[in-house]
Amino acid sequence: MTSRFANIASRVAALCLVAFGLSACGINTIPSQDEQVKAAWSEVLNQYQRRADLIPNLVATVKGYAKQEETVLKEVTEARAHATQMTIPSDILTNPQKFHEFEQNQAAISGALGRLLAVSEAYPDLKSNQNFLALQAQLEGTENRITVARKDYIDAVQRYNTTLRTIPTRWTAAIFYPDAKPRETFTISPKAQEAPHVQF
Amino acid sequence: MKALARFLTAAFAFVVWANVASAAPDFPPLTGRVVDEAGVLSDGVKRDLTEMLAAHERQTTDQVVVVTLKSLRGLTIEQYGYQLGRAWGIGPKGTNRGALLIISPTTHDVRIEVGYGLEGTLTDAQSKLIIENIILPYFRKGDFDGGVRNGTITILQALGGHPTAKAQQAEPAGDTGQAGDRGNGGFHIPIIVLVIIFWILFGRFLWPLLFLGGGGRSRWGGGGWSGGGWSSGGFSGGGFSGGGFSGGGFSGGGGSFGGGGASGHW
Repeated sequence: MTSRFANIASRVAALCLVAFGLSACGINTIPSQDEQVKAAWSEVLNQYQRRADLIPNLVATVKGYAKQEETVLKEVTEARAHATQMTIPSDILTNPQKFHEFEQNQAAISGALGRLLAVSEAYPDLKSNQNFLALQAQLEGTENRITVARKDYIDAVQRYNTTLRTIPTRWTAAIFYPDAKPRETFTISPKAQEAPHVQF
Repeated sequence: MKALARFLTAAFAFVVWANVASAAPDFPPLTGRVVDEAGVLSDGVKRDLTEMLAAHERQTTDQVVVVTLKSLRGLTIEQYGYQLGRAWGIGPKGTNRGALLIISPTTHDVRIEVGYGLEGTLTDAQSKLIIENIILPYFRKGDFDGGVRNGTITILQALGGHPTAKAQQAEPAGDTGQAGDRGNGGFHIPIIVLVIIFWILFGRFLWPLLFLGGGGRSRWGGGGWSGGGWSSGGFSGGGFSGGGFSGGGFSGGGGSFGGGGASGHW
């Protein structure tokens, strides 16, 4: 009787040890960190989309007061069109070229928007327009959300990539998740980290 | 074997180092609903605001915190603000209905930081207007008490609260009568809300116990539970009770922030 009990107990103990050992090796960490990266990435896309949605309204408002700024207005519209036309492949997070292209497209919008806001400084009527003020505040908020979303994504990728590249989780990944690949991440330029400052 | 052990230690050390490398800036302790690190607010205003903010949380579950900072730790107010909100966990976990009014007198920056759950109610444009039209005129005169008090009242009003119904007036009258009516009529709503919150907070906590009691200690022993959901996740909102029901120790509910809101400079 006691030997049978001891037998069961030792089996349970062995099972526990295996379970513990597996969790220490990151058998759950790898997929859950992968999910975090995906969630952070969709937040990035979400916020860039939010910015793209604001642009037509902004362009229309500025046009009403500053028609002569055609080049800047056109630049913004084209940058937006270019970025939204890009099809985002499902493997973008492991595809350096596509990832870089995405980043470039969004950076082009940022640059064009910065110039648009700079030229609008010269139009007092535009600057005091309520609709424009509201759009500016939304744009500032969105740029800031983009910064936060990018930072969160960078952090999530750093955690995930560290897990994939360090031991013992590296072995776990090789055995259980052979498809797991390190993710691409943003190159943070210090300028992009700063939200645009708009004077009222 | 020794080599392996050394290897593992090195790997472990690397992970620890990686975590430290991305460490957050330091944050002042969350001593209450009004954290006056810079020391620019009078005791009277702090008391009034604390009362107002506590009443607002009882009515709506929204957590709003006012904080004045000695410095921004070398960051911009946008960079520091959301991290402070996350570190404190302002707003109930899950709904993320929290907001911060951040004042940095040394850099002349002010920001309304809005939690995920309130972004639709307190929009960027509204936050900007509150800062530009209500708060900054006071700050430019050096009147922190006035700016913070009126700013907070306007924020709470934007969130659907009626802070002036109980606390002293901020702006000349307006819709005081209406506010009073609502205050009385809305008395039952908080109780229902509180019951729901209790259920959410403690329901989560009680369910596993229920199952544990029924199913007995499973073969998996402690292993299955300790790593699981409730020890880390659901219960971190524990401090909420302190904040919601008494004026005493206040702590965040675990809410999160994503950079919503607006900033101003004077």
